[in-house]
Amino acid sequence: MKVTEKDVTYVADLANLELTEQERTRMVRDLNSILGHVDSLNELDTANVPPMAQVSDRFGLDDSKQGSDRFAYASRDDVREGLRKSLPHDVALANAPDSDGTFFKVPKVIEK
Amino acid sequence: MVRGQWPENLPTTDDREPTTHMNLRSLTIDAARSAVAEGKTSATELAESYFAKIESDDPKIGAYLMLSKQRALAKASEIDTLVNKGEKLPPLAGVPVGIKDVLITKGVRTTAGSKILANYIPPYDCTAVARLESAGAVVLGKLNCDEFAMGSSNENSAYKPVHNPRDLSRVPGGSSGGSAAAVAADMAVATLGSDTGGSIRQPASFCGVIGLKPTYGRVSRYGLIAFASSLDNIGPFAKTAKDTAIMLRTIAGRDPMDSTSAELPVPDYVAELEKPVKGMKIGVAKEYFGEGLEPETRAAIEAAIQKLAKLGCEIVEVSLPHTKYAIPAYYLVATAEASSNLARFDGVRYGHRANSVRSLSDMYRRSRDEGFGAEVKRRIMLGTYALSAGYYDAYYLKAQRVRTLLTNDFIEAFKKVDAIVGPTCPTPAFKLGEKVDDPLAMYLADIYTVTANLAGIPGISIPVGNSKENLPIGMQIFGKHFDEATILRVAHAYETAA
Repeated sequence: MKVTEKDVTYVADLANLELTEQERTRMVRDLNSILGHVDSLNELDTANVPPMAQVSDRFGLDDSKQGSDRFAYASRDDVREGLRKSLPHDVALANAPDSDGTFFKVPKVIEK
Repeated sequence: MVRGQWPENLPTTDDREPTTHMNLRSLTIDAARSAVAEGKTSATELAESYFAKIESDDPKIGAYLMLSKQRALAKASEIDTLVNKGEKLPPLAGVPVGIKDVLITKGVRTTAGSKILANYIPPYDCTAVARLESAGAVVLGKLNCDEFAMGSSNENSAYKPVHNPRDLSRVPGGSSGGSAAAVAADMAVATLGSDTGGSIRQPASFCGVIGLKPTYGRVSRYGLIAFASSLDNIGPFAKTAKDTAIMLRTIAGRDPMDSTSAELPVPDYVAELEKPVKGMKIGVAKEYFGEGLEPETRAAIEAAIQKLAKLGCEIVEVSLPHTKYAIPAYYLVATAEASSNLARFDGVRYGHRANSVRSLSDMYRRSRDEGFGAEVKRRIMLGTYALSAGYYDAYYLKAQRVRTLLTNDFIEAFKKVDAIVGPTCPTPAFKLGEKVDDPLAMYLADIYTVTANLAGIPGISIPVGNSKENLPIGMQIFGKHFDEATILRVAHAYETAA
């Protein structure tokens, strides 16, 4: 058992989840089952293998250019108004569970 | 965006007769467009026929979560006006399409198959959807999927399961189960789905239709509700290779709203279809024919490879030696990215908010607890764990290094061949409920599809036969980065060969 009930509580806290007692028990079981399978990665010596976080920093670049210019398409000059105008206030707030018409409203941040 | 513009809820059955008698079974994009252009039907009548078909057949399949009738009929009427004036018609004029519910649609409720977005009305359109509509397509509605595209059976939809049109006791695959089922059951001419680890190709295989995952960067992800941003792709489902090519041509290309969309020219995929495949080198990777591959599926794929050989392709054995590490690497990378992407659902700006909360942090937690389903929570937990202090190097970073190895496998193999073929899935569609209690078994079913997402290469699944139980079997064709033209050409050659 790699993952204990205590780990699940800690990780749920990081992830802003509460989880019921039942969900925690099941999570311990499932995470251990999945991580058991994941252990096979340790068979590989990857000490000299660079990590790959993205596809688009390696493929689809402008190969006629050198260095960072190969990524030139991914940046642009500043546009004052942005590529499109910001959403109007009422539109941006339309899906909010609670708002006062100007701001999103949330419960008090400072507790006690 | 107007809150009052809520589209109709999913209808139950309705006795209305179709207003036209188009044969929807074999209707392709070109046939639909020609029928509208030549006045055999109107775009409005065609849309109505599809709505009637959905109303009669979808209650037993469950492909649609929402119909966008107002929007569809407005677009259809626009096309009909062009026809009546004798004006030039756009390439998809009047073609009825469906959209997976992780692609946002302005003014049309978009849930991502999740309760947390049960009432979400997007304020703008996904680029791929906007491009389809600009090309004249009529958006019929939003298609069912696994919650936040997390799943391989569509059973993680918070609303309802999708039943495989070929056998209602079986899953349609996932996560784009609704998109595959809608095409298979003639409830749309073509559809859009998303593919993060096989979510287009696997359901296409299970439902007996074509599904294409483009190269990462080929299609803008703007307006796709993010699951794992470095793996997510939008792509089409269709009945023919040609329709798939038309759909891809329409949605592909640089979009300033997605900085990872590549600034590369988009070939005319339709014109490229007709180029001969004779002399093409097709790779077969032995790692895709190992343990776990069902004999019937293996036989169907081997027969399909023989057919390609008869068409003049040279079959070449290649090796993708790290394939067995793909699932663990994938599930670490995907869940890590998901845990970060889904942090935005906190009950503040949109989505579900829990009632009578004690504090801000209590509100976050309870809103997320109530809004997310079991699989989404599992993946958030796994991803958070893999990224947490003390485990980052052992899990997340390790997986990213293995991702490099998996990608290099393909780069090496593609030095020798033009495309690589193999099974899309180890088995045909499984039964509803069969794997629902065993997440690891469900993940392992993605063994042949996740590699393309990690490497970023394109892949297409095409139907190549049926099992004894009459379940479709799909063959997958991988291509080099940004070389969708070649895999579409192989698909077309296979499909049109006698």
